[in-house]
Amino acid sequence: MSTLPLDPLLLAIATPLAVAVAILLGLPKRHSIKLAYVGFAVPALVGLWCWANFPADLGAKYAFFSRYSTGLDGLGITLALGLNGVALPMFVLAGLVGFAAGVYAIQSNAERLKIYLMLLLVMQAGLMGVFASVDVFFFYFFHELALIPTFIMVGVWGGRDRGYAAMKMTIYLTAGAMLSLLGLIAIYVKSGGGGQTFDLIMLREALAADPIGVATQKHIFGLLLFGFGILVSLWPFHTWAPLGYGAAPSSAAMLHAGVLKKFGLYGLIQIALPLLPEGAKDWARVLAWLSLGNVLVVGFIAIAQRDLKQMLGYSSVMHMGYAFLGLACFSVLGVGGVVLLMVAHGLSVALLFLLATSIQQRTHTLDLTEMGGLAQKAPVLAAFFVAATFASIGLPGLANFWGELTIFVALWHFSPGFAAAAVAGVVISAVYGLRSVAAVFFGPPTEALQKVAATHPPGDLTWREKIPALVLLAALLFVGFWPQSLSRPLQSTLTASFRMLDAPRLAAGR
Amino acid sequence: MPIDFLQQAAESNEWLAITPELMLGLTALLLLVLELVLPKSRHGLIPAVAIVVQLVIAAGLALNFNTAFLRPDTVFNGLLRLSTDGQFLRLFFLACSILVCLLGTVSLAKQRMPRVEFYHLVLVITAAMMLLAQANHFVLLFVALETVTVGFYILVSYFRESPLSLEAGLKYLVMGALSSALLLFGIVLLYGVAGNRALPAGSADSMNFDQLRAFLAANPHNFLASVGIVLVLAGVAFKIGAVPFQIWIPDVYQGAPTPVTAFLAVASKAAGFAVLLVLAQRAFAPYQALVAPALAVMAGATILFGNLAALTQHNVKRLIGLSGVSHAGYLMIGVIAAYREPLAVGALWFYLTAYLLASFAVFGVMTHLAGRNDADQELDHYANLAREQPFLAAVLAIGLGSLAGIPPLAGFMGKVLIFVAAFKAGHYPLLAVAITGVVISIYYYFGWIKAAFFPVGSQPAPAAAGTGAAAPIGPWFRVALVALAAGSVLLGFYPGAFGQWVLAH
Repeated sequence: MSTLPLDPLLLAIATPLAVAVAILLGLPKRHSIKLAYVGFAVPALVGLWCWANFPADLGAKYAFFSRYSTGLDGLGITLALGLNGVALPMFVLAGLVGFAAGVYAIQSNAERLKIYLMLLLVMQAGLMGVFASVDVFFFYFFHELALIPTFIMVGVWGGRDRGYAAMKMTIYLTAGAMLSLLGLIAIYVKSGGGGQTFDLIMLREALAADPIGVATQKHIFGLLLFGFGILVSLWPFHTWAPLGYGAAPSSAAMLHAGVLKKFGLYGLIQIALPLLPEGAKDWARVLAWLSLGNVLVVGFIAIAQRDLKQMLGYSSVMHMGYAFLGLACFSVLGVGGVVLLMVAHGLSVALLFLLATSIQQRTHTLDLTEMGGLAQKAPVLAAFFVAATFASIGLPGLANFWGELTIFVALWHFSPGFAAAAVAGVVISAVYGLRSVAAVFFGPPTEALQKVAATHPPGDLTWREKIPALVLLAALLFVGFWPQSLSRPLQSTLTASFRMLDAPRLAAGR
Repeated sequence: MPIDFLQQAAESNEWLAITPELMLGLTALLLLVLELVLPKSRHGLIPAVAIVVQLVIAAGLALNFNTAFLRPDTVFNGLLRLSTDGQFLRLFFLACSILVCLLGTVSLAKQRMPRVEFYHLVLVITAAMMLLAQANHFVLLFVALETVTVGFYILVSYFRESPLSLEAGLKYLVMGALSSALLLFGIVLLYGVAGNRALPAGSADSMNFDQLRAFLAANPHNFLASVGIVLVLAGVAFKIGAVPFQIWIPDVYQGAPTPVTAFLAVASKAAGFAVLLVLAQRAFAPYQALVAPALAVMAGATILFGNLAALTQHNVKRLIGLSGVSHAGYLMIGVIAAYREPLAVGALWFYLTAYLLASFAVFGVMTHLAGRNDADQELDHYANLAREQPFLAAVLAIGLGSLAGIPPLAGFMGKVLIFVAAFKAGHYPLLAVAITGVVISIYYYFGWIKAAFFPVGSQPAPAAAGTGAAAPIGPWFRVALVALAAGSVLLGFYPGAFGQWVLAH
């Protein structure tokens, strides 16, 4: 692939960044919007192109690999870009959700739209960078690049309690990021005598030949687990998430809940598990119990929510519990399920946040008890929302089903008790999911709603809302009906470079 | 003293080696002459002359960055030691001085004060700092340090109509005198004990760092030497504002004119660290068992104190002063790590550079926004800044983000380098403290950004009256701010040649 005239991965990162800089330098609004479409479309197209051209049997190698120097070679830091079977699904996800969020933002007519788009573009560039990075330093770096705009967007364009929400998110996520940075530096420092490096490929080779001592591995994995865990809203460090998503403007919530939050899980999969297998085994039980907190405790909290966006926030925290459970299984099957679930959840939660904002614009409230009967006025919106809710619950035919099913199977090998508890979570998510559908779309409209409807008659989804929603739903269906398109490259990578994940032995040991 | 000794000593004088310092001194005098010669209407040229001359000196230094070391590394009979670190610090102080002069033009325009002396003093102090960073002898170190400090006594109380400025000047004077006395007492003790010919390796020239080091190496557990070292370190700790010698910082930073605060916060602190590094790594190197733990305790306390005390501040000058205390703590980690990890020295220089860019970006915005009363700069004055002055708000956000250590800004790279060095050197407890400090610092840095950016609802903006928010931004000032912000961004993800130089240590 090195014969390409243009590095596609670099293109996917640089295009949104370049558009953002152009907007910052004072491009007029009309051109800014046109260019913003380009900035959001290019990463999505590159993502799809990479997916279509992805080599079938990649093994432990990286596709579309390239390396650039930034002046820190002496420290073992280079900008190395590439995709393996784990990175590809996430890269595609980032492209698609970014495109949907961008298009939705353009039609949202937010105040100071130019700055808003600029921040989203920076975030998009960061997201593409996170999943394309093979260098641990730049992996972290791009994450922060994407994270900073989130804080600003929540603080400036957010809804209720935006100041408090932005502050809380910032402090929690900085704490998580600093812990994980410390863990990453620890891996770097321990990665062998002379040639310390941040390059993931070299790190894997070096640590496979000369693993870190078991006690040290446990410490470093602890740092990474809680650092990344806070970023992924691991219970009990999840409280920033519903608050932040409740206050965030829709596009920021789509990108953060849909894609950026997966950074932590992705880091655990790509970095922590293969480099620190002993540490991971040691922490598996703790992780599994905490994940149950996500699934059960947060699940019940989600049922109790009256605010639609808060409910979605809690539901997204809850589903992260499944992902953590999949990691705790410590098997190829479990990790594969986590990657599939990350993609599916990213698509579905982004779609739900998008639709929630569209609902809010029609009902002028997010309170579930004050809505009702919207299906008659907006049948297409209702159809989308029902589909997205079904996806989120994990019905077959939609992408989430495969992720959850795989994780449950893997979990059964790990511990049947945990599997049973996790399956109970599906019931919980069905309860709050279906309840919200019923509250918003069916039954008689409340008096308050009728008053609002009298002055602002609610229309159905406009085309500019439908396009991003369609993109996301189409992807959900595509993966739902053809999961092999993602699972084949995934399996090739996992079986080749995650040999240390030896599930039966581990289960027997428990 | 016999005349032939003086002749011998004079042979090692390399006046060419200190051309930059000499030129600065001469320019300082030239400014005073220009004030006499030029008609009053042309006095605006004087700061321009100061800045242009410094730019020329900086360019000359940069071009001769490596060529100055063709000769032996100590000159002036061991008073000065030439090194690439010294070259870097010279450029660093020149950059500070240029920026302070630029800020001075903005700040002094708001006051009815004599102008020229300000630039004169800045140049003299800069020359002294440049010598200080290259000192290899306690005599030169003390003389240079006193030149710096005495200059600052005047600069801190420069706004003589403001009681707060005068109070700050007095506080700085008292505290500065105390620290000088401690330093001097320590030097005398070391001189006395190391000059004792009865002890092994006792030397006639015991203030020379190399001789002192040889003496200390030969006498590993000398009590008087230990006391002297501790006293010297205490004197230096005053300059960098390390706990427990930080107590002067908030008041002095608040009262001093904003450009002087910037000068104190960046250049004076960097000078302190240059001295600390030379002392810790060269002169006092044999007493590592004493120095390293003392510095480690101070570093931890400094980080925590600076960040916790900054949390509750509403005056931005006090806030940035206290946040600067915490930065001193992070830098001290670098000094400690340098014992075991050569990377730490490069990390220190990178951190200081990032700190310079970010701090001057923030101080630039503060100087522009300051009203007639320079000490009165509250967080509330920044309300709606993003709406009224988006350019300044953007520069402020980049500066504060870099100080907070948020990628992709230079401050982040600085912290990463320091942390990596500390990790390699195995200072895990200090790292834990540092991480805690970073998380705490997010609260107040972000609070400041929040004050500037987030809409304040219906509350009327108290900013309009008495601040410089409405004043136009001068073209050169704008160029400087853009350069500082761009530098902060660029160094963060593409350190390029500078990164390679730093890592080559």
